[in-house]
Amino acid sequence: MEHHGERTQWREAYERSSAAHSRAATQSGLEVDPVYGVDNGEFPGVFPYTRGIHPAMYRSRLWTMRMFAGFGTAPQTNERFRQIIDAGGTGLSTAYDMPTLLGIDSDDERALGEVGRCGVAIDTIDDVADLYDGIDLGAVTTSMTINAPAAVIFAMFVANAEDHGVRREALGGTLQNDILKEYQAQHEYVFPPRPSLRLVRDTMEFATRDMPRWHPLSVSGYHIREAGSTAAQEVAFTLANGFAYVELARHAGLATDQFAPQLSFFFNAHIDFFEEIAKYRSARRLWATWMRDVYGALEERSWQLRFHAQTAGVSLTAQQPDNNHARTAIEALAAVLGGAQSLHTNSFDEAWTLPSADAARVALRTQQVIAYETNVTHVADPLGGSWYVESLTDRLFDEASGLLEEIREMGQGSMLEGCLHAIENGWFEGHIADAAYAFESAVQRGEQIIVGVNSFLDTDSAPTPVNQTDAASEWSQRDRLSRVRRERSAAEVRERLEDVRRMARDPNTNLVPALMAAARSHATVGEMMSTMAEVFGRYRAPTR
Amino acid sequence: MTLRVLIAKVGLDGHDRGVNVITRLLRDAGMEVIYTGLFQSPASVARSAVDEDVDVVGLSILSGAHLTLVPLVVAALRAEGCDAPVVVGGIVPDSDVAALRAAGVAAVFGPGTALTHIIETLEELHVASTH
Repeated sequence: MEHHGERTQWREAYERSSAAHSRAATQSGLEVDPVYGVDNGEFPGVFPYTRGIHPAMYRSRLWTMRMFAGFGTAPQTNERFRQIIDAGGTGLSTAYDMPTLLGIDSDDERALGEVGRCGVAIDTIDDVADLYDGIDLGAVTTSMTINAPAAVIFAMFVANAEDHGVRREALGGTLQNDILKEYQAQHEYVFPPRPSLRLVRDTMEFATRDMPRWHPLSVSGYHIREAGSTAAQEVAFTLANGFAYVELARHAGLATDQFAPQLSFFFNAHIDFFEEIAKYRSARRLWATWMRDVYGALEERSWQLRFHAQTAGVSLTAQQPDNNHARTAIEALAAVLGGAQSLHTNSFDEAWTLPSADAARVALRTQQVIAYETNVTHVADPLGGSWYVESLTDRLFDEASGLLEEIREMGQGSMLEGCLHAIENGWFEGHIADAAYAFESAVQRGEQIIVGVNSFLDTDSAPTPVNQTDAASEWSQRDRLSRVRRERSAAEVRERLEDVRRMARDPNTNLVPALMAAARSHATVGEMMSTMAEVFGRYRAPTR
Repeated sequence: MTLRVLIAKVGLDGHDRGVNVITRLLRDAGMEVIYTGLFQSPASVARSAVDEDVDVVGLSILSGAHLTLVPLVVAALRAEGCDAPVVVGGIVPDSDVAALRAAGVAAVFGPGTALTHIIETLEELHVASTH
């Protein structure tokens, strides 16, 4: 392993950081350095960033406490957003309901029973206006967890912000927009992969040109892990997708160093504490190495892997739900010791239901305890140099590198083609399903203990209180949509959708402006998606 | 005789970790398992159940839409003349179990249910439905 980081390089970067003159001490008064290490070893803020992307890590900037929320109608979710901000949350992240995620309107027959159930229902720009009502979009960064209709929701968001006097240049936030992992793990796809990638390209191009504070793509391993992958697979598949998008942007004529700094990542924070910390370290080392040596990026920011983390939903148990507080706290601590830039902590009731307001507040408080009471923020990469963590980091790096090479070989040297090929033949899904099966088999055999599920059972455990989403929200959302349909100009909607169709046919056009115009005409998500589906077709998963 | 099981996903719910795992575990236990794939409608599930002549239908649902979708599937099955018992696996709060049973569901398997319990229940249901 070639290590470029040295204390002198770190020192120079540290002196330039906002934490240059910071001092920190333990609770008992022992003064501590911003980082510990051997002079010729790796250092944070220095290539290959195994130990973190900033020289002073959390001394210079704490992670963003970005809580994921969404349920019912836009006004209901807006109220939750305000509660999160009032409780000290520093970022917002929107959860959409299943129909929205699949580009289906709330009044569509297929949406029956699903409107506002797993997230907020968004049909038109009017809902977007309600969602962010009273929230300063120039000050709070917002993240949108949406993929197949990402370009449509993004267009609605930008159009709404501009209509409310916020320039697009001022907008900060993240669009998940990672369609590749939908075919691999999460299954919220609409169009086939290639036309979907064209929409990713269009949003990436639009943001790179006009929105310097925006992350148009959050390459997500979270869902791959939740679907059952191992830690090494999570790193490898996510980074493979990341490199695929790098190749996509290059085909679109964007210079690597122009858009790579706007890429961000999203990883799981699972329950195997040291493996997770090693996972983030290995992912940073891999990304930096490949971006510099394989993709020829020249800028430091192109080499740095920035990531959001979320504690593992699958690790939560419906049995003895109070135990989930402990799981989430341990997982959150792993993300912080692993150098996350942003974090969502799950609520203890999420094995059953969407989180209640009280449960979501405790989840946020868990982050605040870690940030402000434990002093783990004083020292960057405090586990660097641990023989165990360094060994795990090296082994995950090696295993993930092997998988990356395998995917690239499937594409005969192209990671993009390799990913598409491996999607078509079910390679990703097969690997993930095998790992999930192995894990569950171990649980069933009692080799893997899960407290409260296969060991340490209680006989007197009370049923979890369920935060029922209001069935009335579904009807009120349908009413709202029918009102918007009545009040808008049908002729204008038709014209704007016709523009979308025409632009969709020309692969060299950027669709975002046409989608923004359609959004302003109050066209629905479903109308825009169906119009594009007529040109792009719909994806059918390979049968296995 | 080998038990034939149809495992189905209805509605917009794309969560398939559970369904993939249970399909394999039931096969390991010697059952014949047919999996519909994602995004099925109640009518398409009923058609598959009849075409495949299954003994039990298992619905996997984690989206919270079970109270709307499950009764539609049961009704579609019965309309097609399929009497196979229906079981549900996934995220179903205790408070919703009674409503599902009233809609004709024979058993509900929440998260963390032991495989041995699932296998025993399916076998008992099959025996009960053929006598």
